[in-house]
Amino acid sequence: MGQYEVVIGLEVHVELKTKTKIFCGCPTEFGGEPNTHVCPICLGLPGVLPVLNKKVLEFATKAGLALNCKIAEFSKFDRKNYFYPDLPKAYQISQYDLPIAEQGYLDINVNGQTKRIGITRLHMEEDAGKLVHQGLTISSSNSSLVDYNRTGVPLIEIVSEPDLRSAEEAKAYLEMLKAIMEYIDVSDVKMEQGSLRCDANVSIRPMGSKEFGTKTEVKNLNSFRSVQRAIEYEIARQIDIVEEGGKIIQETRTWDENKGITLSLRSKEEAHDYRYFPDPDLTPLVISREWVEELKAGLPELPAFKKERLIKEHGLPEYDAGVITSSRALAEFYDKTVSLHPDYKAVSNWIMVELLKLLNAENLEITDSKITPQGLAKMLKMIEKGTISGKIAKQVFEEMFNTGKDPEVIVKEKGLVQISDEGQISTIVDQVIANNPKSVQDFKAGKEKAIGFLVGQVMKETRGQANPGVVNKLLKEKLTKL
Amino acid sequence: MELFSLTIHELQGLLVKKEISAEELTKQVLERIEQVEDKIKAFVTITKEEALKAAREIDQKRINGVSLGPLAGIPMALKDNMCTEGIKTTCSSKILYNFIPPYNASVYEKLLGAGSVLLGKTNMDEFAMGSSTENSGFFATRNPWDLNCVPGGSSGGSAAAVAAGEAIFALGSDTGGSIRQPAAYCGVIGLKPTYGAVSRYGLIAYASSLDQIGPFTKDVTDCALVMNTITGHDPFDSTSANADYPDYTSFLVNDIKGMRVGIPQEYFGEGIDPEVENKIKEAIKKLEELGAIVEECSLPHTQYAMPTYYLIAPAECSSNLARYDGVRYGLRAEDADDVLSMFSRTRNQGFGVEVKRRIMLGTYALSSGYYDAYYLKALKVRNLIKQDFDQAFEKFHCLLTPTTPSVAFEFGSKSDPLAMYKQDVCTIPVNLAGIPALSLPYGLVNNKPVGLQLIGKAFAEGTLLRIGYALEQNSQETRITPILEGVK
Repeated sequence: MGQYEVVIGLEVHVELKTKTKIFCGCPTEFGGEPNTHVCPICLGLPGVLPVLNKKVLEFATKAGLALNCKIAEFSKFDRKNYFYPDLPKAYQISQYDLPIAEQGYLDINVNGQTKRIGITRLHMEEDAGKLVHQGLTISSSNSSLVDYNRTGVPLIEIVSEPDLRSAEEAKAYLEMLKAIMEYIDVSDVKMEQGSLRCDANVSIRPMGSKEFGTKTEVKNLNSFRSVQRAIEYEIARQIDIVEEGGKIIQETRTWDENKGITLSLRSKEEAHDYRYFPDPDLTPLVISREWVEELKAGLPELPAFKKERLIKEHGLPEYDAGVITSSRALAEFYDKTVSLHPDYKAVSNWIMVELLKLLNAENLEITDSKITPQGLAKMLKMIEKGTISGKIAKQVFEEMFNTGKDPEVIVKEKGLVQISDEGQISTIVDQVIANNPKSVQDFKAGKEKAIGFLVGQVMKETRGQANPGVVNKLLKEKLTKL
Repeated sequence: MELFSLTIHELQGLLVKKEISAEELTKQVLERIEQVEDKIKAFVTITKEEALKAAREIDQKRINGVSLGPLAGIPMALKDNMCTEGIKTTCSSKILYNFIPPYNASVYEKLLGAGSVLLGKTNMDEFAMGSSTENSGFFATRNPWDLNCVPGGSSGGSAAAVAAGEAIFALGSDTGGSIRQPAAYCGVIGLKPTYGAVSRYGLIAYASSLDQIGPFTKDVTDCALVMNTITGHDPFDSTSANADYPDYTSFLVNDIKGMRVGIPQEYFGEGIDPEVENKIKEAIKKLEELGAIVEECSLPHTQYAMPTYYLIAPAECSSNLARYDGVRYGLRAEDADDVLSMFSRTRNQGFGVEVKRRIMLGTYALSSGYYDAYYLKALKVRNLIKQDFDQAFEKFHCLLTPTTPSVAFEFGSKSDPLAMYKQDVCTIPVNLAGIPALSLPYGLVNNKPVGLQLIGKAFAEGTLLRIGYALEQNSQETRITPILEGVK
């Protein structure tokens, strides 16, 4: 394995979240009854013409700028010709030799190392519709229906340089790309809804070789996990072939998520000749530098900068800063919370540990949970004031996460206020000492650990509400007096 | 009174004075259609009931005192490649034999807004590919001047309808001469406007960078009136020009003194019927008599126009016509076993020979490895042809040529595609340059009309109308009407 270098380039499609489609006024909204978000234009009926939605140009340009690309002064749309039932004009309006943006990069972080990955180009195009096969699989179907709702939804395709050297780097690249798109607010970037799609070009070569090996293109990667798994599989498959003295065939392969393998889809010989030519229905784009500068000035702080700031100014560990800035929503949650309760470390810890644990457990995005920065800030203040213990806070936090209730209300309703009254705790401590002679004996015999059990018993009796500091202090006093 | 033989402006006078109603007028034109249509066969679809209803609505508006424009109540026809909501639009192709658009072409919306009355949809060469209307997927249209001859094409139905009194005016589309050539053959006025002057939204595309809608009328004044209605910027067409569109009737002055007219030598001599050439020379003399300054000039890249056109137009059409795959509308082959065979059988059964020829030509020209040698080269030559015209217009207000190399020919006489393509030799360069040109009747040869072409620079339709108007006012040669055999 060590003797091969892996070379990966990614082609990523990002659906832009403009309100209307790229060349007509239909809504871009995901879902909807089949063929309800359509009009003569996106259905490509005879005689219709496309008119570019200016927002698409704006979003694509912003994306290009956020990826450090050069924005074209002169750009145009081309037709990519091929027959398929989900493509109503039998050509896709795309960009061929004059894309809107070229020659950019983004930085990824893998194993504490920062690496710059080149972006070859970024271009605009329209999405196709969707086939709904009337059987379990395409081959067992007697017929298929077509849903054209997605037809004409604006896409940008972002092509990386072959700079990625492992599946892990590929995943990191995709995650960073997703974060950037989120930050500049041009896409929902949801892989499961298809608003972020990825194809991988994978090849291997002997370590130290300057020439590229024969590549395969892997399609149908529907999650971050499948991107990583498919690339890992494909690398192993290619190495096996080469080790056995075989040759890699240039082809397109599809990832079978269930079987965990890639399968040949079509060879190079079967590849389409798309017969690209400039779309005569659309006028060329002349992009003014002033407009580009305006967009550039309006870009928000991007994840890499934000991460740097959280490390330098907030003193967060690099890992934590990386996680928090990996999603725009999470970063905004953090920002808002620290603006209300500027204990950076505490806020970051609660997000890193409790919030992410709950989100991951329920497979939710932060935006899907009911917890608010206001709620978290308030709860942290209650801990600070000693109103609740850190332990109780975890209960309160979970309740906030599930119901969105105010922490004060939760504490009141459930009677979770911390008991710090020594008299009240003293009675319980006495009971616990009386009921656990074995542990008391152990403690006396020098087993310091036994006190932990006794503290636990007191906490249990008080349903966790006793102030642990007070419990500790009283137990120690009473035990030494015995 | 034979209302069907009158012009828009003559009829408008009668309508305004309430001497006739739009309904009476429409009825009379419909009767004329009934009388002559089995001879001419100009229409694919006749919308009799809708027409009468629309005419009555206009009459009611007039009674109610609603202010109406000059096209209100005027019965007209549209080439069957302009989409009409709820009315079959076929492009005279089997592949669209049952296609009913759910929307209107912008140009039809404008005509509806102006109150004109749609009589029906006219026959054409399938998908506007042809010069005789013989390529219609349904039937051929005949020339009202000689029923053994073609009306020209591809807008043969519209030209024949106006010439035969089956419509007061009509619209056609012109990609390489498809308005001007049939106008010449049928002895009517035909104008191809500047590319971008009339919206293409709803015009079923043949070659997008060349297609342009324009009018067929009986005289120059009518042409100006129709132009006033159909031109203008359309936000639904990205190639529509956002220009100042003039009142075209303001150019109808009987004075062309000092106007400079260029005679490009490449449009004369070899390949041009000497009798046609003589007629054009008579027109040149007439212009000189009227005070125009006429000089010879040269458009040196003219000979490359035809091969350039036959790369660009087929290339665009191969892509534009790819959508007819049987999936969503139109013909679908019944006997397919999978999606690929459905595509190919549908297209094999639905398209005619000429359409297939051009799709294959264009597919080839765009193919990887050939693109630079053919399509890209053609785009460069197109630029040179444009430059020829630009240079000429530095000196001249307009250029004058024959519209066609000969008068209308007999059915079946141009079975060799190249012989047919040569019918457009004088008209094609204009489309490549995107500039306007007017075809005006100028006398007869063998009792068939000769067409004279006036070419102007972009958006100079007014200049063309002005010169055409002066010729019309000062020569009987421009006003010719066919006598239909066996029709009272």
